[in-house]
Amino acid sequence: MGGLITRHSLLVTVVKMPWFKKTKELKTDRKGKIPEGLWVKCDSCKEIVYRKEIEKNLKVCPKCNYHFRISARDRLKLLVDEGSFTELDENLVSGDPLHFKDTISYKERLKENQQKSGLKEAVISGDALIKGHPVSLVIMDFSFMGGSMGSVVGEKVSKAAERSIEENQPLIIVASSGGARMQEGIFSLMQMAKVSAAIGRLKENGILYISILCDPTFGGVTASFAMLGDIIIAEPKSLIGFAGPRVIEQTIKQPLPEGFQRADFLLEHGLIDMVVDRKNLEDMLAKLLDLLR
Amino acid sequence: MIRYYLEFEKPIEELELKIEELKRISDGKDINLSGEVKKLEKKVKELRSEIFSTLTPWQKILVARHPDRPYTLDYINMITTDFIELHGDRRFADDHSIVGGFARIKDMPVMILGQQKGRGTRERISRNFGQLHPEGYRKALRLMKLAEKFKKPVITFIDTPGAYPGIGAEERGQAEAIAVNLMEMSRLKTPIISIVIGEGGSGGALGLSVADRLYMLEHAVYSVISPEGCAAILWKRNGDIGTEDFSRAAYALKLTAQDLLRFKIIDDIIPEPLGGAHRAPEVTAEKLTEYIVKAIEELSAKTPAKLVEERYKRFRKIGNFEEEG
Ligand SMILES: [Zn+2]
Repeated sequence: MGGLITRHSLLVTVVKMPWFKKTKELKTDRKGKIPEGLWVKCDSCKEIVYRKEIEKNLKVCPKCNYHFRISARDRLKLLVDEGSFTELDENLVSGDPLHFKDTISYKERLKENQQKSGLKEAVISGDALIKGHPVSLVIMDFSFMGGSMGSVVGEKVSKAAERSIEENQPLIIVASSGGARMQEGIFSLMQMAKVSAAIGRLKENGILYISILCDPTFGGVTASFAMLGDIIIAEPKSLIGFAGPRVIEQTIKQPLPEGFQRADFLLEHGLIDMVVDRKNLEDMLAKLLDLLR
Repeated sequence: MIRYYLEFEKPIEELELKIEELKRISDGKDINLSGEVKKLEKKVKELRSEIFSTLTPWQKILVARHPDRPYTLDYINMITTDFIELHGDRRFADDHSIVGGFARIKDMPVMILGQQKGRGTRERISRNFGQLHPEGYRKALRLMKLAEKFKKPVITFIDTPGAYPGIGAEERGQAEAIAVNLMEMSRLKTPIISIVIGEGGSGGALGLSVADRLYMLEHAVYSVISPEGCAAILWKRNGDIGTEDFSRAAYALKLTAQDLLRFKIIDDIIPEPLGGAHRAPEVTAEKLTEYIVKAIEELSAKTPAKLVEERYKRFRKIGNFEEEG
């Protein structure tokens, strides 16, 4: 790996790196999750909010602090030092081992999602600096097939964990996913074991892994790498769980309590370390990376 | 004996009823119908063999969920001696949907555990239909760690519709419990052998099957989602989905033992007696013993470090993707 030497020299100069200023405004485009129009109805508090106001506020509702879903690219802008991200494994694309077809074939569905999202898969990964600290970074994008984990997501997460071991740098994963990707059947299920084993190796090597849970994180992603962080952070009001609320409601045949599976619910039940506002996330990561160097 | 016949077994049921009728008529009377009975018995066998060699994926699911199918404890009773059941996760509760403990198989000490479904309404409920809560996964991990400590191989039986979706399960970290099992099993320094004996329901099944050897009974299934769940997501039109959709989903998901062997996800298929495991539980149990003993012998020859290394590679290579130029 050619990048090895540079990265090690960076390690030494970590604290002296300049802190890059970023444009802290996220433009909503057709890929964004916020609906079209000048005014937007908040999913959480149902208030009508001026779109510009949300954009200025990092896509966070100014009325209730609901954090709208943002694309992986937008997330990258918010988290890493400008120009420091090197994308890796960006050319991996899914096969179709089951020859799966619902209303259209899986191959067509992939193509459709690639066009819609501008991404090849539900995750981008690579090396980056966070306030000068080198990290392996993985960011999921919910707009690509609901951020579902198939072979490519499993492979990219595993590779990122292995790279963290090789380069002796922390791993940071930003999760947002509906769970395993049904269209890849047993292959997607087995990715859960694969990524968990990779995280296991990371831990054995004493390398820090910070998991960040965003709205929503469910199923096979929660039940594998997302809940295995040494430190687990959630964005405010994010819906996080194993089974989806509708499935639970149908099973127990009673309404779910207020705030069920929201970030604060997980915090109260001792399942995550902290809930951090989007605007403070980069600072929090930098602090942790600095402390646990 | 009252037998439970599946829908597609109806022609078999009719013939078997006829045989019983003939036997009853000839019983204690002069008329000898044994020739006729023999002819019919041969016909039943042929019919059964034909039906069971061409089961559709959905039919396999029905066989895997057959109420008479042997469950974990049935096999434990048949294949082990000195079974000592252990209880609880030492944190919250003893989850009755999973049983486990030390035992001997052909004199070899092992840790054996698995999901347990119930028979009859009361036991079904107390076993929670084989759906584990987080404490079930934590109990399993505790037992597996004990096995590691005392250098005994771990045998797990998989038979669950999935991990339980409920309020308490979420409050106590269902996802975390499964995730930790996946990670810890991948590093356990003792052999792990897993066998899907019935239903392998998604993450709830995987949480007990990160193993060095993974086998499936001939009519068992293992899937990322149930066909019902899959059909509901894909084809729910105003809520009316039925057997036809489930059948289609079961086919699309490629969840049979035969599919998984073709995908090289499992190591082998353990044959079932004609008509399914429940037709001759002892025969099935004998086959299970054979596979387990062979696997233990092979795996015990490896050092713990080699075992863990090979287990890592085994899962690491699973995936279907390509690199675009
Ligand atoms: Zn709001």
